[in-house]
Amino acid sequence: MDLNFLISMLDATLRLSTPLLLACLAGLYSERAGVFDIGLEGKMLMAAFAAAATAAVTGSAWAGLFVGMSVSVLTALLQGAAAISLKGNQLIAGVAINMLAAGLTTFLGQQWFRQGGRTPPVSGDARFSSIQLPFAAELRNVPVVGEIYSVIISGHSILVYVAFLMVPLTAWILFRTRFGLRLRAVGENPKAVDTAGISVRRLRYQAVLITGLLCGMAGAYFSIAQGAGFGNNMTAGKGFIALAALIFAKWRPVAAMFTCLLFGFLDALQIRLQSTPLPVLSDVPVQLIQALPYILTVVLLAGFIGKAVGPKAGGVPYTKER
Amino acid sequence: MSVLKPLPRWADVVLLPLLNLTLAFVVSGLVVLAIGQNPLHAMWAIATGAFGSGYNFGYTLYYATNFIFTGLAVALAAHAGLFNIGGNGQAYVAGLGVIAVALLLDGTHWIIVMPLAMLAAMLVGGIWAFIPGYLQAKRGSHVVITTIMFNFIAAALMVYMLNYVLKAPTGMAPESRMIAPDARMPRLAEFIDFFRHTPVNLSLFLAIALLVGVYYLIWHTKFGFALRTLGQNPTASRYAGFSNSKIIMIVMTMSGALAGLVAFNEVLGVQNRLVLDFVADAGFVGIAVALMGRNHPFGIGLAALLFGALYQGGNELQYVVPGLTREMVVIIQALVILFTGAMEGLFRPGLQFAFMLFTPEHKAEAMARESAGSES
Repeated sequence: MDLNFLISMLDATLRLSTPLLLACLAGLYSERAGVFDIGLEGKMLMAAFAAAATAAVTGSAWAGLFVGMSVSVLTALLQGAAAISLKGNQLIAGVAINMLAAGLTTFLGQQWFRQGGRTPPVSGDARFSSIQLPFAAELRNVPVVGEIYSVIISGHSILVYVAFLMVPLTAWILFRTRFGLRLRAVGENPKAVDTAGISVRRLRYQAVLITGLLCGMAGAYFSIAQGAGFGNNMTAGKGFIALAALIFAKWRPVAAMFTCLLFGFLDALQIRLQSTPLPVLSDVPVQLIQALPYILTVVLLAGFIGKAVGPKAGGVPYTKER
Repeated sequence: MSVLKPLPRWADVVLLPLLNLTLAFVVSGLVVLAIGQNPLHAMWAIATGAFGSGYNFGYTLYYATNFIFTGLAVALAAHAGLFNIGGNGQAYVAGLGVIAVALLLDGTHWIIVMPLAMLAAMLVGGIWAFIPGYLQAKRGSHVVITTIMFNFIAAALMVYMLNYVLKAPTGMAPESRMIAPDARMPRLAEFIDFFRHTPVNLSLFLAIALLVGVYYLIWHTKFGFALRTLGQNPTASRYAGFSNSKIIMIVMTMSGALAGLVAFNEVLGVQNRLVLDFVADAGFVGIAVALMGRNHPFGIGLAALLFGALYQGGNELQYVVPGLTREMVVIIQALVILFTGAMEGLFRPGLQFAFMLFTPEHKAEAMARESAGSES
């Protein structure tokens, strides 16, 4: 394999892992707080649609991002109301959100734009364009280091950088702040948190809110940064890959980043293999690579390679004692 | 502080779900209203599209057949405290079993192919659910996550099988060759003229028989008692001498076998070949059906008929009311899951309060609670 190929693969990896990483970190906040979220997919889809629709109408990517994130937050709060206040089944709430998103986005898309559920294509300022980091052009000709800097690291949309900056930020919030300590505590032992006089409900709502914000960013990335407009079911199961990554990373932010990079790389690889077969991998079916993130997660969950144990109070609504 | 009294049983079983269901349909109606259409008009279009003629009704029953299978699959697992979200994947891979039997016995009469294909569908669907069941029982991995993952693995597996293994040598599309006409499961139209040109077939009777069978299994057998005990209280079940891990594995396998029957209906009775995505999310509709039917076969039968009607009516809807596409049905389905499943408790406190007000012995307590509530 030559260097150019490797560089273009890594470049694609970075682009493809960004939405996974944002959704994965989104899930991390609510699951660490004890709210299972299988509705990441639905929130991303809602946000992708809202962002593309807004960007297409207003011509502003930032307006699109704002509306996308708002819609995702509202969806998250609906899910939160079911899971936290009404003490409903969190998994069923997630299923409902995913289905609602799939139906509503196509339905409204068709109503508003009459293009078979797609939004009009967005371009120019309605889309997040790639950012050239300083000296990227000058360093392009420097062998290896320059190429890595100018092709892989530079030249992505701002959301890619935000996503990767969210990793240290999340690690810091989770492990170095009072909020993070409480968040983790509420996922492990909500009763102890309650006894300490801190509201379990409030903390869980805060977590769900952050989940909504990050899912919104991931959704907007799909339709107005990576893509140029919304298409039916454009998140295509990425929310579930993010969920798999979250489990694979055992609910830790830095591990989540590496898992998302791995899953993003697998995605880049299978896309690449569909167009040009590689000599080494010619006997491996593309479908196997597509299924690999899920297979790896099942194997991990089964405890054959390490053990993934989630937050103890995950999935259980908290009932305050009277 | 006084505690709200629990609801009487009839309110819990009938009134509360009915209120939730009404809310789901009211919100759906608001969506229709929001795009400037008349919800009553839409509802009428769905009703006539689903029941208006033998043709429409035949399609409704065909959809309902699938939803009975997946609804029972979800409900059976739910009674054991397991959430089988993998009905889609189980039904999808079960197609491999059906097509294998049908193509291997090419030229054989359907009376022989049918029972064998049915067993093959149940076997393959069962295996696909047994693995998550085994992993839950023996390795402690959460069955919900594993079944989600298995849905995606199934999708990838089927694309591979249809493109590289089962693709008909003459065709371009990723689908198997056709099952010989003699081996296909007869449609009801062959016996009853009323169902002319509709895909509803003999598997409908299997679905109805299974409604009774699953009812009997859950409430009238020792195994049913064991699985309900596990669902209510795993510790009690263990102390009663049941093997929890064994029950989990058996229930998941049965659940997968039920879901697998979707392939029996679709592949042997309707498509007559294996095609991509023939399940069409029937597994997820099963969740809505089970929730709405309160996990009881009688309720599941009714709910499956309702969703069959919604699906068939939804197909016709777009021709009658311009702008209302069949995605409307997906929205209704999602709202049903949201309100009867996740937000089940929405009306409970209000209803409990109302019930206390109307029972003389609790009225004073309710009033006291009300004033206490307004002070704090």
